[in-house]
Amino acid sequence: MKTLKIKSFAIAALVVLASCNNDDDNTPELINEEEVITTMTVTLTSTGNNDVITLKTQDLDGDGPNEPVVSVSSNLVAGTIYNGSITVENETVSPAEDITEEVIEEAEEHQFFYTPDANLDITTAYTSLDSNGDNLGTTFTLTANQASTGNLTITLRHLPTKPNTGIDDAGGETDITASFNIEIQ
Amino acid sequence: MRLYTLIVLLCASTSIFSQKCNYKLQGTVIDIHDNTLLADALLTINNFESSFKSDSKGNYIITNLCKGNYNLQVSHPSCDLKSMTIKIDGNTKKNIKLEHHLEELNQIRISAKAYSSKNSTSKNLTLNSSLLEDNSSKSLGDILNTLSGVSSLNTGNTIVKPIINGLHSSRITIINDGVRLQDQEWGAEHAPNIDVNTIGNITVIKGASALQYSGDAIGGVIINETQKTPVKDTIYGKTNITAATNGRGGTLNSQLTKTYKTGWYTTLQASLKRYGDYETPKYVLSNTGLSSQNGSLKLGYNNYNYGFEAFYSYFKNEIGILNASHLGGAEDQIRALASDSPLIINDFTYTINAPKQKVTHQVARLKLYKNFNGFGKLSLQYDYQNNNRLEFDNRRGIDDDQAALDLDLKTHALQLNLKSKLSTGTNLKAGIITSIQDNFSNPNTGIKRLIPDYDLQKIGGYIIIDHTINDNLLLEAGTRIDYTKMDVYKFYRTSFWESRNYDTIFPELVIETYPTQILTNPKLDYTNISATLGARYNITKNLKLYVNYALASRPPNVSELFSEGLHQSASRIELGDLQFNSEISQKLSLTIDGDYDNFSFSVQPFSNTITDFIVIEPTGVQQTIRGNFQVWEYRQTNARLLGVDVDTNFKITDNFNFINQLSVVKGYDNTLKTALINFPPVNTTNQIVYQNQKLNNLSLGLTSEYHFKQNEYPNTNFEIFNPITQSNQLIDISTPPNAYHLLHFNSKIDFDVFKHSKLSLGLTVQNILNTNYRNYLNRFRFYADDLGRSIQLNINLNY
Repeated sequence: MKTLKIKSFAIAALVVLASCNNDDDNTPELINEEEVITTMTVTLTSTGNNDVITLKTQDLDGDGPNEPVVSVSSNLVAGTIYNGSITVENETVSPAEDITEEVIEEAEEHQFFYTPDANLDITTAYTSLDSNGDNLGTTFTLTANQASTGNLTITLRHLPTKPNTGIDDAGGETDITASFNIEIQ
Repeated sequence: MRLYTLIVLLCASTSIFSQKCNYKLQGTVIDIHDNTLLADALLTINNFESSFKSDSKGNYIITNLCKGNYNLQVSHPSCDLKSMTIKIDGNTKKNIKLEHHLEELNQIRISAKAYSSKNSTSKNLTLNSSLLEDNSSKSLGDILNTLSGVSSLNTGNTIVKPIINGLHSSRITIINDGVRLQDQEWGAEHAPNIDVNTIGNITVIKGASALQYSGDAIGGVIINETQKTPVKDTIYGKTNITAATNGRGGTLNSQLTKTYKTGWYTTLQASLKRYGDYETPKYVLSNTGLSSQNGSLKLGYNNYNYGFEAFYSYFKNEIGILNASHLGGAEDQIRALASDSPLIINDFTYTINAPKQKVTHQVARLKLYKNFNGFGKLSLQYDYQNNNRLEFDNRRGIDDDQAALDLDLKTHALQLNLKSKLSTGTNLKAGIITSIQDNFSNPNTGIKRLIPDYDLQKIGGYIIIDHTINDNLLLEAGTRIDYTKMDVYKFYRTSFWESRNYDTIFPELVIETYPTQILTNPKLDYTNISATLGARYNITKNLKLYVNYALASRPPNVSELFSEGLHQSASRIELGDLQFNSEISQKLSLTIDGDYDNFSFSVQPFSNTITDFIVIEPTGVQQTIRGNFQVWEYRQTNARLLGVDVDTNFKITDNFNFINQLSVVKGYDNTLKTALINFPPVNTTNQIVYQNQKLNNLSLGLTSEYHFKQNEYPNTNFEIFNPITQSNQLIDISTPPNAYHLLHFNSKIDFDVFKHSKLSLGLTVQNILNTNYRNYLNRFRFYADDLGRSIQLNINLNY
């Protein structure tokens, strides 16, 4: 009698729960991540002969196991001034989304930094500013001085302290960072 | 006149003139609900001037009774008066059942009495309602970590998760008023969604021995119960107000209960909590405010034979996350670790910006019970929980008001429990629990799901028997089986799927393929068996021994199985493993309890051996376009936890008490021969308390809390190449902070106000010396100091 009672309760329990189970057959939808940045392309145009040098980093699986692919199209020429411009894209969606526009729209919350290591003899200057007159850096000039080799690290920070004296006191959160191995001939 | 005399004589005849008057009436007075023998019940009988009392075993005897009918009235301090007519026709035996109304009338939980032990052969720690009232502004975790062996895993000071004997999160079961809390508890920065103001009493069981609640509580069980209601016509309530200097905020809680003699009762409760940015001794912790709104409604009926209760609660919490803790990759970590103070310090504000959490938790519960004579008490409970967790980040191109994480977890559970007395001294508890759960990750976040969509079904059954051999020895044994089935829809990055070789191991799981991702449908099931065996032995009148062995088994949680990507709040990449099996724990615990006139103590050593213990630890550095991130992978290993908790209490004079607590726990990874990460360091608390009941129950206490430096930890430091300095840079994320000492003061005084009301005023000072410190188990320790001094005023009015 006791066990019968328990059994009947258990069966009732299962029936009630089973009926609560909303069988949603529809599989979850794919999320296309809008904020992901997969690609940064830095275009350096020589002010002398309009030669174009492209620095590119691309990481299609985001924080997946594959590492970004970094490339530099050719060497820089000593004593040359280049006009630089940076585009950032999300290539996980098709067609690729240009994130540069968003960075410019939220210019006060963003800044690019160009950091050469000690061996590399280059100087850079911002040519794009935000509405407060602080550096943004989607465009810049780069002067290749003496022949030398080294890394140029380009970093995009979200919500940095503005104005700042450089990357060291900028704070904020890193959105992109890439080191390009540069040779000045 | 003659007629009158005759009438008087006739009326009095039964007692005065009738036959012999040497009959006895005897029996026992017992509680109708659980057959407890009631001592000191008062019995009065007509024609007798004096009254009678039941002895310590509930026995009473009334002699010199004559033949006839008597009116007997029985009363007991915590029961309603009962009157009855007794017919005496010789020596009579009559057992009297009383409605012991302060006891667990509305309780249909399996455990016996309201505030008695939940498990007889392991030591239960309890916190009572007055202590909870004094701490109405605190979180559950902060209240519990005052107990020996209980510490907390903090994310700042508002997200506080309890740790029991070194274990936390999915390894702890929280039972809130009979409902097993389902609130994404796998997350280290997900605090229990409970308002302490709804709780009347908390019991902590260190270990998995309370099988009626769960079989997977490898760490322990926390049981929150609500205040019981008496069966009489009355109305009562309480209001607590607190105000604190640190965070410049406070709490308001109010509760009202109306009960009826017919057995009906209702309770309405609501609380509000609001704090701004908290402060360390030196600076403001920007964006650490808190806003919380809670309410609950209960309606029930109880009769000793049967009853029901309907309950609904709403909990809403909005918690700011320290701005400076929100980082990109390892390069940002270097900067944050190098700085003494947080990289972002703004002026104090009440505003809570992103990053923040917004959690809503709703519980609806219906329970029914019925007592079957000679069979036991059967109870049926259905509960529904809806947990919505929103986490907000600073976002680019998207409004910060769009959550970055949006999880909706719905749980239905149904349980049937039986409590029965098999024979004198032998009790049985048995039950069946079944639940279904549905987790939905809202795709509108525009961010890859942290936790996949899944359906989870569970069914379990348990049986526990305790047997009292004699006055000094009690044995208890139980077993439980749980079956868990998961149906998961998970998007994997193709690159991760292939790097784990899942494409060759589980090709059948893939149901759709996209350019960089695949949709899979893993179906997992686990069968878990748990058991407990224990004894309680009274060595002497003052000395008790508890021995308990508990076998528990826990299936891996969704985070351990399916993590795959960046965990923003930890700024690291976390990877789970689809192939995990259940972890199995064997815990042996011993308690020696001594209680003497001026001295009491409790020593609780334990050993917990866990096979296939799931740990997360760093395995490398992953380069991404956002910089370098450390990769933490879940792994199964064999672990061993050893520890001891010691409580001592010296009564120096009638008014002065000295209390000491010491907790030691060591966790070892037996496979790697290293210490386990994030184990609480040794800590000891000394408290001196002055209490004087004659002086309005004045109590003054000074508490000293000493936390040693954790010297046993795995080295999880890592190096990254810094292209700017052209060198490798070490990121030290494993060295624990230094030892620290905190001093706290608390005071309280009671006043009788109005007619039936009691007013308690309390003043507490936390961190009196405004000490700068960092806590190893606070996830913000890398970025900021812990809290500075806070002075708090408590006003409690009970009416």
